Amino acid sequence: MIRLEKRPSPSRLWTVVTPVLAVLATMIVGGLMFWAMGKDPFETIRTIFWDPLFHETFGPYSRPQLLVKAGPLILIAIGLSLGFRAGIWNIGAEGQYIMGAIVGAGVGLAFYPSESILIFPAMVIAGAFGGWAWAMIPGLLKVKFGTNEILVSLMLVYVAESWLASMAQGLLRNPDGMGFPGSRNLARDFPAASNLELISGTGMHWGVVAAFIAVIFAYVLLSRHMLGFQVRLTGEAPRAARFSGVKPARLILFCLGTSGALAGLAGLFEVAGPAGQVSIDFGSGYGFTAIIVAFLGRLHPVGILLAGLLMALTYIGGELAQLMLGLPGAAIQLFQGMLLFFLLAMDVLSNYRIRLTKPEAA
Amino acid sequence: MTENESTERSALLTLDGLRKAYPGVVANDDVSFTVWPGEVHALLGENGAGKSTLVKMIYGLVKPDRGIMVLEGKAFTPANPAAARSAGVAMVFQHFSLFDALNVAENIALGMDNPPAQRELATRISEVSEAYGLPLDPARIVGDLSAGERQRVEIIRCLLQDPRLLIMDEPTSVLTPQEVEILFHTLRKLTAEGTAILYISHKLEEIRALCEDATILRLGKVVDTCDPREKSARELAEMMVGESLHIPTREEFKPGQVVLAIEGLSLPSPSSFGTALRDISLKLSAGEVLGIGGVAGNGQDEFLSALSGEVLALPGVITLNGKDVGLLGPNPRRALGLLAAPEERLGHAAAPDMSLLENALLTGAVRENLTSRGFLKWGRVKDFTEKIIDEFDVRTPGPENAARSLSGGNLQKFVIGREILQRPDVLVVNQPTWGVDASAAAAIRQALLDLAAGGAAVIVISQDLDELLEISDRFTALNEGRLAKPRPAQGLSVEEIGLMMGGAHDMHEAEVNT
Repeated sequence: MIRLEKRPSPSRLWTVVTPVLAVLATMIVGGLMFWAMGKDPFETIRTIFWDPLFHETFGPYSRPQLLVKAGPLILIAIGLSLGFRAGIWNIGAEGQYIMGAIVGAGVGLAFYPSESILIFPAMVIAGAFGGWAWAMIPGLLKVKFGTNEILVSLMLVYVAESWLASMAQGLLRNPDGMGFPGSRNLARDFPAASNLELISGTGMHWGVVAAFIAVIFAYVLLSRHMLGFQVRLTGEAPRAARFSGVKPARLILFCLGTSGALAGLAGLFEVAGPAGQVSIDFGSGYGFTAIIVAFLGRLHPVGILLAGLLMALTYIGGELAQLMLGLPGAAIQLFQGMLLFFLLAMDVLSNYRIRLTKPEAA
Repeated sequence: MTENESTERSALLTLDGLRKAYPGVVANDDVSFTVWPGEVHALLGENGAGKSTLVKMIYGLVKPDRGIMVLEGKAFTPANPAAARSAGVAMVFQHFSLFDALNVAENIALGMDNPPAQRELATRISEVSEAYGLPLDPARIVGDLSAGERQRVEIIRCLLQDPRLLIMDEPTSVLTPQEVEILFHTLRKLTAEGTAILYISHKLEEIRALCEDATILRLGKVVDTCDPREKSARELAEMMVGESLHIPTREEFKPGQVVLAIEGLSLPSPSSFGTALRDISLKLSAGEVLGIGGVAGNGQDEFLSALSGEVLALPGVITLNGKDVGLLGPNPRRALGLLAAPEERLGHAAAPDMSLLENALLTGAVRENLTSRGFLKWGRVKDFTEKIIDEFDVRTPGPENAARSLSGGNLQKFVIGREILQRPDVLVVNQPTWGVDASAAAAIRQALLDLAAGGAAVIVISQDLDELLEISDRFTALNEGRLAKPRPAQGLSVEEIGLMMGGAHDMHEAEVNT
């Protein structure tokens, strides 16, 4: 008989090992799924994990994509992880990401065709503000009326998507676009507002820089600052946190505000760079995938950095597999879902010890 | 079992060589003793001595690794509590398993193996409750009952099954002295009818008053047996601990100037199961230890939260050294010298999964200068943590260990030490020695007395009356959110204390005196 026995304190070794095990388990079960779909599992796994980086012909194209995709995921996930650590569940980063893009792009477009170097910084601030303000809605509702931030922030994603559609077709529509929905292309037609690749061929843009800064910032905050300590304490033991002097309302607003602002930043960098314009299909699900990234990285800044890169890889590899092997997109999503599932399931190992016991004689 | 056969009466329950080991710890080893019909048999021991495991084996919750049990001459190997109950063994747990939203009869039916129809059950409940002097209305909702009344529900549930052995685990910890008298009265009635009672407690005076036989456990083994009526409480305690006990010593109390004044503190109940505080007024002088007694759930937690600053009061209600602190949160109050140590160690006084370092930071940040401009000074945190561990003899492999890896007593020493080492002007502690072994409890009491001798004012909230009378200069009690007028602890009688605690809930004089 297998018995689980709670460890006195979580095992450090297993905390590090479980993500690796989860990835391996995902490869095995995912491979079985691909096999059941009539694909060669080894080729599929190789296409997803290996080819995007090292394939002779696709590599040079897909390698920069790694940072392009990982940047917003990491940026958003870092913000979310602060709240998740404190037990504050912002599920609506996708909405904050969209609003950041709309507000940031709107500020830039208002000055078209200015060439001032102040435009891009102003857009960055506006993007962060847009995301922050959108996250303040669930924050203030929770603080004032005790509403559930999970539901409110999630609902606001759909509101944000409607705003996006309305903006792309109305206020922000490109006057020179012959009536097609979508704003001017910031990356192509508006140099002062564009978020270009900083080093050619790497995919590195300002959003990636911001993501790295966010990782360092979060690391210092959580391990060296009182505010980070309060965040962790609130998540571990809310009553002890109150006893320690944490003001719950302030902490809720800080966590939601920070995650909103970072999501807004991610949206701004995306709309001014890789996406280029405010369009109806701008929302790409980064805000939701970042939730997986945050947990895959154990809510730890460095973990999130690695998890963001891994997740970006499955994205790119998944697209490649769709292209090369004709896999359906749903299969790739399932594959990513498995990763989260196995990670959470493997969590048992860091908190519990598995013991084999002889079945007791009745 | 030759010696049993030689005696006139036959043993009710004989344990022989019982052993139960858990990974890393032997809870019981070679435990043997005999319970006779009609006796009250005490099971004595410190926390962790193995009392709970032992009774769980008798009640069928845990299977012994080795050894045999014989009940009324037949081998007794209950596979589960239902089997134990049908063999005539019943148990009243320390923590009640009752549903607040259901009435008494429904709750009792839920705990029975073959409950009769509600109406019939209600009649039987009334019969039993009358026969044993335990008044209880079968139709009342359990949520409205006092702790003493809830315990009666549990007892009557057991009595309805005509047990031959009734196990009681710390039954008096939630009772006022008057309610204890009523309980003892019931128990004596039961034993007169031949029911045996296995009585677990660490309240030695009670055991001396009630029990005829005692088995003393230490570290899972039987170390002694005695007739508690022939021993002093101190002798019993020393048998439990296995060493001579250090009795806290104290200086004569000379009232200093008033450091904490509370004027008409009233607060609504924080939740539907909480207690509202009603018009509490109090003056506390430097160097004083004020003991606050009371049955659990009469506003102790709420009172502590109001003082610690977790719940804010109105302006002017709480004055510390002449400053109005009613509207200040926990940290500003700490800065002014008002510290607190809540009852619940895991989750309130300390964060279970965080290290001792982080737990030292939890309350120490302000007074110990553990931060500068918000950044943590881990070096100073470590020094402070190690100082607590050293000076309060906290047994732990190191300051990096999680709080939940410490035993209850060690964590409590850590929590109390953390506050005392911050040199408070006023320290409020709730249940400072709850679940703590006797020697650690003595150390904690001594530390509180030393703190008061150094000029601080100390408020000790506790359910342990012996403890309060031992260390308090003045005594008062919380009853339904009201605080009685404090009186000098010296020379206070048990009756007076009982009345301050609210007397017996819902009791008639006549039944007490029968």
